[in-house]
Amino acid sequence: MALVLGGSVIGSVGAVFLKSGALVLRRTWSSILFNWKLAVGVVTYLLSSVLYVKGLSNGELSVLFPMVSLGYVCTLLWSRLFFNEKLTRTKFAGVGLILLGILCMSFGNR
Amino acid sequence: MRYPYLLTLPYCRGSVDCYHGVLSSVTVLSETSVVEGHKRRRAVFIVVACTLIGALAQVFIKLGAAHLEHPGLLATAIGIFTIPTLFAGYFLYGIFTVLLVYALRDAELSILYPVIALSYVWVTLASVAIFHETMNLPKALGVAIIVLGVAVLGRGGTS
Repeated sequence: MALVLGGSVIGSVGAVFLKSGALVLRRTWSSILFNWKLAVGVVTYLLSSVLYVKGLSNGELSVLFPMVSLGYVCTLLWSRLFFNEKLTRTKFAGVGLILLGILCMSFGNR
Repeated sequence: MRYPYLLTLPYCRGSVDCYHGVLSSVTVLSETSVVEGHKRRRAVFIVVACTLIGALAQVFIKLGAAHLEHPGLLATAIGIFTIPTLFAGYFLYGIFTVLLVYALRDAELSILYPVIALSYVWVTLASVAIFHETMNLPKALGVAIIVLGVAVLGRGGTS
């Protein structure tokens, strides 16, 4: 439970680093290789998927839904805070539908 | 192309000309937002392709993990280079990451991150097709609703 919880939060932070690393990319090798934000993003993203798989293999699949939704809520929050992205009704509708779909799916996997 | 209209704006005497100048500058504005929308849609399509690649990677990793004798971290690290299916899986994960970073340059994180949920759809379809898991109504409904949600995000998040 705690593993997957940590995994989803870490994953959303990883996405923030990936995005900020992507924004400073240029068409040179050095901007790709010495991009510490990108490196942190890749490592945290990997870490989150490892935690996820570990948590899921220990616990049951029913924890998947609350954890995934937490990850989405965190990501919306971070993108508002760090990138000044507007949180529109369309976005909430899209995310809501996706969460509803994942909820349905987790019932089907029971 | 649009410059002449904007340049005539200071010189215009008649109201029609002024109106025209303002109108054309509005057109320029909406053209940039069209470009933004186009970029966003392209980024969403790239992430959709990403999730397909990511799901394929998971299938390969699952197939490759069956060849692992000890499922530890070290054995997995060695297995990535000795087991072809495992190598293919992690290689595809690499491509997934590169494409994701490429897409993140052009669109908002709050749109692209939820789209990654589409990988649940591909994984569900793949586990039915390849690993012969059963398909039931809740699963099918979930697939349909997730696809709908991604379509909503792809059509417009900035409006």
